[in-house]
Amino acid sequence: MLLGTLMKLPSLLETLAAILPADGLKTTPEAMRPYECDGLSMYRALPKCVALPETEDELVAVLKACHAARVPVVTRGAGTGLSGGAMPDPEAVLLSTARLMRIIEIDADACLARVQPGVRNLAISEAAAAHGLYYAPDPSSQIACTIGGNVAENSGGVHCLKYGLTVHNVRAVRVALIDGSVVTLGCEGLDAPGYDLLALMTGSEGLLGVVTEVTVKLTPKPRLAQVALASFPTVEAAGAAVGRIIAAGIVPAGLEMMDRIATRAVEDFVHAGYDCEAAAILLCESDGTPEEVADEMARVEAVLREAGASDVRLSTSEAERLRYWSGRKNAFPATGRISPDYYCMDGTIPRKELPRVLKAIEAMSEKYGLRCANVFHAGDGNLHPLIMFDANRPGELERAEAFGAEILELCVEVGGTITGEHGVGIEKINQMCVQFSPKELTRMHEIKRAFDEHGLLNPGKAVPTLHRCAEHGRMRVSQGKPMPFAELERF
Amino acid sequence: MTAYLDRLETIQSTIKAAAARGRRCQIVGGGSKPWLAHASAAGSTEAEVLATKALSGVVEYEPTELVIVVRGGTPVGEIERVMREAGQMLAFEPPTADGRATIGGTLASAASGPRRAYAGAVRDFVLGIELIDGKGDRLRFGGKVMKNVAGFDLSRLVCGSAGTLGVITEVALKCLPLPKATETRVYELDAAAALRAMNRWYAEADPISATTWVDGRLYVRFAGAEPAVRAARERRGGELLADADRWWADWREQRHPFFALPEQLMRMSCRATVESLEGFNQAIEWGGALRWLHAATEEDRARVRYWTHRAKGYATRWHAPFVETLNELSPEVRALTARLKAQFDPYGVFPAVVSS
Repeated sequence: MLLGTLMKLPSLLETLAAILPADGLKTTPEAMRPYECDGLSMYRALPKCVALPETEDELVAVLKACHAARVPVVTRGAGTGLSGGAMPDPEAVLLSTARLMRIIEIDADACLARVQPGVRNLAISEAAAAHGLYYAPDPSSQIACTIGGNVAENSGGVHCLKYGLTVHNVRAVRVALIDGSVVTLGCEGLDAPGYDLLALMTGSEGLLGVVTEVTVKLTPKPRLAQVALASFPTVEAAGAAVGRIIAAGIVPAGLEMMDRIATRAVEDFVHAGYDCEAAAILLCESDGTPEEVADEMARVEAVLREAGASDVRLSTSEAERLRYWSGRKNAFPATGRISPDYYCMDGTIPRKELPRVLKAIEAMSEKYGLRCANVFHAGDGNLHPLIMFDANRPGELERAEAFGAEILELCVEVGGTITGEHGVGIEKINQMCVQFSPKELTRMHEIKRAFDEHGLLNPGKAVPTLHRCAEHGRMRVSQGKPMPFAELERF
Repeated sequence: MTAYLDRLETIQSTIKAAAARGRRCQIVGGGSKPWLAHASAAGSTEAEVLATKALSGVVEYEPTELVIVVRGGTPVGEIERVMREAGQMLAFEPPTADGRATIGGTLASAASGPRRAYAGAVRDFVLGIELIDGKGDRLRFGGKVMKNVAGFDLSRLVCGSAGTLGVITEVALKCLPLPKATETRVYELDAAAALRAMNRWYAEADPISATTWVDGRLYVRFAGAEPAVRAARERRGGELLADADRWWADWREQRHPFFALPEQLMRMSCRATVESLEGFNQAIEWGGALRWLHAATEEDRARVRYWTHRAKGYATRWHAPFVETLNELSPEVRALTARLKAQFDPYGVFPAVVSS
């Protein structure tokens, strides 16, 4: 094994050097340091080398060389992912798509854009803005994250309930397979014959292929958006209000909940104007034509009051709307200010289970002796409990881990999932065992083999081997350590 | 419940027995899409029939969760009836085939209707499935929550799989509220002008829920909040279509006279702005992304194929067997399809995906 590695390493590096532009191959520890982790910063490793192709041809040639040498490949976009999906492997080439950053085409009449994978999410919307269009999925890292990474993770955002996830907003992808063949999945129209391979590729976390081009759907920009900010005396009442909004036939553009621990943390930080005496607050956004927004907001306000809101305020200007949102969008860093460390969980539950789950989390908080703030994509049931701890105190890290594990198991137990939008990566790989049966996991391994016979693409991520199925792991964000993209909003 | 589990076990044991004896199985739902039955490809004269009709019923429906869980053989019309009572709908508006179409068959045939271009396709509303594969294993993928990125998305993969991967025994779907107001306006336009109108009006954020151009007329269905529909009517004019519900139902179910000879139709999926191909009797829907062309001769079909390939779209003979439609895909994608199929169905119990 060692001999084999020694023998093939120089030849692969030579091959890659011949394929890539002069500064497109990084091999020294100093040059590779920026790539040693993604947004899940406590998992770090230096790759074998970093390849930065600038064209699809170069990218394909890199894959062919790795395939021939049977050297694994970890693909990376901007590295903003929160589950360690792009964490390097010392035995693998780290393949960055960041330099494939051309917007190839915008067809305003067909409402679509063709872009290379390294184009940033927000850059698509910026380019489409002149046509009154935008790209709807808005993960919080959208200023930095790339569309290639969004496809790999099936990224969400705060507007998913109405506008969908990445999978609903991508028409087609060009994908390079590990053997260097390039396939187009999906269609510039609305469907292609056969299995929905486009859906399979979306969210496959770099295990099936490398995206080299993405055709996205663009959405007409709503002419107006307005947000309601409501206070509730109990978390249950806030949860019930969400159900009532849906029951009234309203699908809000955004619907978010925060509990008192979270609102107090953000109020001290950004002064968003939240009611810190309320047990929970709701943010409910409406968008569309001015007529639609006026109509919907009137109904939303009535429903919120009937549901027992102690106070309802409607944003009266764009500045006020953004201020109301600023608190929610700063919930993670605000939690970081009041606690040396915190874990962010990402489970999704059927919404009706919210009171039960929040009560259980409260009980766990007492049991483990750790505080927990709850922020919640209430419309689609995606919970982000933020468990606060101090890693310098003996035993707290372990207690926080056990706490988080219990939350995710509860999410599965009530009919939900271990990850709503951050992905499995390496972070939640053990918890996949709680959610899927051995037969289901085996099928996923078989599907990977259908694309990647030798298991070279992002090995060890997303789908656990059966004998790995054991304990739980989760994301840790430490205030003490520099976190990549610390300046980004995280929600 | 026990009876239901017995039925599932019967399906599992039938599949296992077929696998052991090298026999084939043919999944049959409501029988409304007989061209999916692979008669020629599967040699189905001797295939065991797996009927899903008895796998029927709503398992779970809570409108405020926006989720409905149904068994695979449940008629689409029945699901819609239950949802309508709660003010909700299957937003992809699939054909119901007078009550015969099942939800399992709807997934298997990736069947979406007029609202598809504006709300999404069946695959966009699938949250999770239970499937019995070619080994007789019962597997669950996805879930019944809106956001779920755990594991490969196999619940959407089976959309369009035409019964070659397994029996869909349960489906969880996202529901949407019915629009408060709906109104259809009609415009006398040629194909090129109709395409421009479909594309521009949507891009300019009009509240559109369906567009169809046929017989020289563009039908635009506006839907949404009442003030928004009124504003669109004032902006776009046109003539009010009386009896619009029936007109759209006929279009959705392909009872409109345009569909009188389905065997002669080519179905063209392409970018919405692709110029219309002259010299054919055709209809355009989905904002221009779906075209139907009468092409009775091989020469006509070849012309449509050539035009479509140049536009990077897909042209398939309507009602063609599944394997024939796969011929439109690149050899690499066909190979991937065959390898995936082999993982779900290693003994070849279900119809093949390559022409024999």
